[in-house]
Amino acid sequence: MSVVQRPKEAYLNVFAYRMAPKEEFFTRGHRACQGCGPALGLRHIMKAAGRDTIVVNATGCMEIISSPFPYTSWAVPWIHVAFENAAAVASGIDAAIKALQRKGRIPKKKTNILVIAGDGGTADIGLQALSGMLARGHNVTYLCYDNEAYMNTGVQGSSATPFGASTTTTPAGRVSFGAGYWKKNVAAIAAAHDIPYVATACPSYPLDLIRKVRRSFELEGPAYIHLFAVCPTGWGTPPELTVRMGRLAVETGIFPLYEVENGRYKLTVDFPQGLRPVEDYLKNQRRFRHLTPEIIQQIQERITAEYERLKMMEKVTQE
Amino acid sequence: MKLKERPTWKELPFACCIPEPGNSVYYKTGDWKTLKPVVDKTKCIKCGTCWIFCPEYAYEEDEYGYYESNYEYCKGCGICYRECPAQCITMEEEVVE
Repeated sequence: MSVVQRPKEAYLNVFAYRMAPKEEFFTRGHRACQGCGPALGLRHIMKAAGRDTIVVNATGCMEIISSPFPYTSWAVPWIHVAFENAAAVASGIDAAIKALQRKGRIPKKKTNILVIAGDGGTADIGLQALSGMLARGHNVTYLCYDNEAYMNTGVQGSSATPFGASTTTTPAGRVSFGAGYWKKNVAAIAAAHDIPYVATACPSYPLDLIRKVRRSFELEGPAYIHLFAVCPTGWGTPPELTVRMGRLAVETGIFPLYEVENGRYKLTVDFPQGLRPVEDYLKNQRRFRHLTPEIIQQIQERITAEYERLKMMEKVTQE
Repeated sequence: MKLKERPTWKELPFACCIPEPGNSVYYKTGDWKTLKPVVDKTKCIKCGTCWIFCPEYAYEEDEYGYYESNYEYCKGCGICYRECPAQCITMEEEVVE
């Protein structure tokens, strides 16, 4: 294995990592694969959410790895619910806390309610419950960790699977080139509900992720955070490249990091010198290795157009 | 309250709730690994990059501010080796006596 040198500017703010909170509310001993991206993201999220948090967890990888009876990795109140109703259960918890506070049964202090669901539980199965929760305006943060397929059951394609990716339900071969549809943009769907806070984040930028989760709890009303999480098992990447692949996805524009606060778009990690070609990101992964240059060109055009649209949205809404 | 290793049905708590928060620390995942990270403290700059990017939370800070991996939990993924800006971590094969 060779060590890839990164430019010197990348290390300028490296000592800031020591400033992150030291407490862990998602403890070690969980059973995620080696180099798990969502488990890394959850750790940063729980650092930001802190002690007064109720976690509602839909079925998915993070539920399986953290709670094999009689063990639990959670040091906060935690409830496991089915794929489709995580947002509905969180709405109920929010309503119950409000009712109990009105009756004086529990002290009036802020309780963070956090939903953690995978991309299958958000983009496919739980979309209507999510939409209902956002429309009713419950004070809940919905966090979707997106590893771009149903990794827990063995890499079946979800509607968040990117174009051209080979999964067990969209296999690449002589007839097909993998997923023939584009990735569903759930962050844009959430932003269309006109909720106070929508953000996209990646565990490769931990301080950015911690700041976004804190901001989502500060604002009154529903919030949605889309977390891009690398899955070495399902994507066919080496486990030691997890953080690097997340960084490449952001640098190539495959997954731009932005936030929408009360309708104002803002790119939180921007590259004024231009984006890297998407091939840098695609060539390291087993699920994309069958792609021909024409399909890569098609992906490049789409990614560039989406990034330009995001820049335009930022320019229009910041004025 | 700590659960027994193999509780009978009479000893299980109501609705199979787990009464002790964060008790997965008793489950040691360290035997999953084939390569282990070794920190060269003469080159370490104490930046904490290995600590923040470890998905197993295996890195612990000692009293001098250095970070060292706890081999009882480290699964040997190698993220720390790849991300260390001072390049002071090497992956060595784990030898069992």
